[in-house]
Amino acid sequence: MHLTLEFGGGLELLCESVKFHNVNVDLPKGADKLSMRDLLAWVRTNLIKERPEMFMKGESVRPGVLVLVNDCDWELSGQLDTTLEEKDVVVFISTLHGG
Amino acid sequence: MEADSKPKKSGARLCCVCTQNRAALKRPKTLEQICRECFYAVFEEEIHQVILENQLFKPGERIAIGASGGKDSTVLAYVLSELNRRHNYGLDLFLLSVDEGITGYRDDSLETVKRNELQYGLPLKIVSYKDLYGWTMDEIVKMIGLKNNCTFCGVFRRQALDRGAALLKVDKVATGHNADDIAETVLLNILRGDIARLSRCTSIITGEDGPIPRCKPFKYTYEKEIVMYAYFKKLDYFSTECIYSPNAYRGFAREFIKDLERIRPRAILDIIKSGEDFRISTTTKMPEQGTCERCGYISSQKWCKACVLLEGLNRGLPKLGIGRTQGLNSDAKISNGMVIQEESVQEGQLFCTNQVNPEDQFFGFYICKK
Repeated sequence: MHLTLEFGGGLELLCESVKFHNVNVDLPKGADKLSMRDLLAWVRTNLIKERPEMFMKGESVRPGVLVLVNDCDWELSGQLDTTLEEKDVVVFISTLHGG
Repeated sequence: MEADSKPKKSGARLCCVCTQNRAALKRPKTLEQICRECFYAVFEEEIHQVILENQLFKPGERIAIGASGGKDSTVLAYVLSELNRRHNYGLDLFLLSVDEGITGYRDDSLETVKRNELQYGLPLKIVSYKDLYGWTMDEIVKMIGLKNNCTFCGVFRRQALDRGAALLKVDKVATGHNADDIAETVLLNILRGDIARLSRCTSIITGEDGPIPRCKPFKYTYEKEIVMYAYFKKLDYFSTECIYSPNAYRGFAREFIKDLERIRPRAILDIIKSGEDFRISTTTKMPEQGTCERCGYISSQKWCKACVLLEGLNRGLPKLGIGRTQGLNSDAKISNGMVIQEESVQEGQLFCTNQVNPEDQFFGFYICKK
């Protein structure tokens, strides 16, 4: 599944300072859908090059990291259970820095 | 099923305010699902109400906005400018920035403030630690190591803001402290037993008896909403953690607050409410406010904290003014402000203590007389 990922609020530093990533994510074995839960695991393995604890805590994002799917708060679509579709845009923004 | 740009996504929620547009975010404050346009309106209106209800400003006042180039101060500058125009507050707004001299952090964020100056049309003033104190934070950290950096920086920054504000001849300083910040501070002060600070830290206006009062228009504004506002409006801000902050104690309070917010978002406002309604027993002794003997700044001790810290730096005593005990044994007694009986401290030496006199907490310093 082709997706566009964006990292902001300082998270790009964990991905070698690249903000935008066009990725192709394989569905998990035997599944017909890709959930945010699956995507997060994929991102941790494939995109996060350092300090994964800054991005994730357990199977979700670290508290203080906002997630938007197609410019909508993932809290509206079920957070980890949000299902993703081809060409979706997922944005991760960290709020954990000085103001 | 309402018409939507992605018909396969059944259950796309509608904004609960206008019921027309698709909801873009869930407000932590109210758990409402709201679209972008309604979010902008309610975000701006709530801040306007906070300003009115707490009488933060008066027409004709000159206001300096503490601007670091970060998310809170950028959004504050944007929103205040907008509300000033829309509701005719009649304010003269300025951007005031402090350069602590942290390479790779502050120099980058100052570039953002310079852009904000142009983007929002607000005149900018920058004051630096080097000019004010003769020390940059990088130099300070080299001397004191990686602990207690925030103690130095925070103390120096407060004075730097006041000095800058005086130079700009403003009536007030507005800072971007948000609800999350204030909830963290309430917790920090409880964890440290700092009753004096606890009683002040939830005030939306502080320093009214000092040279330049300050206010926090974002006191009830959630950090998540500030970031979402900035994201949707594509506001230009700088977002990197200060390189010295990973060692800060505040990090623990922040982590806890964030975990709490996930379970019960309302907790942030409730902690602030607890802090506001906190009552201190009448038998608790509180420090009195006077002025620093050395520089005249507001202080509850003979010397203000900044003077104590600077003295420590200049004399190569990096621990001066930091922490509690300074190697005193429990037999040391206090009498008329002098410490008696301590082997390791030399006659005439300036040193810091707090265990001996419980009132002093973090501020006490004495000259040893034997």
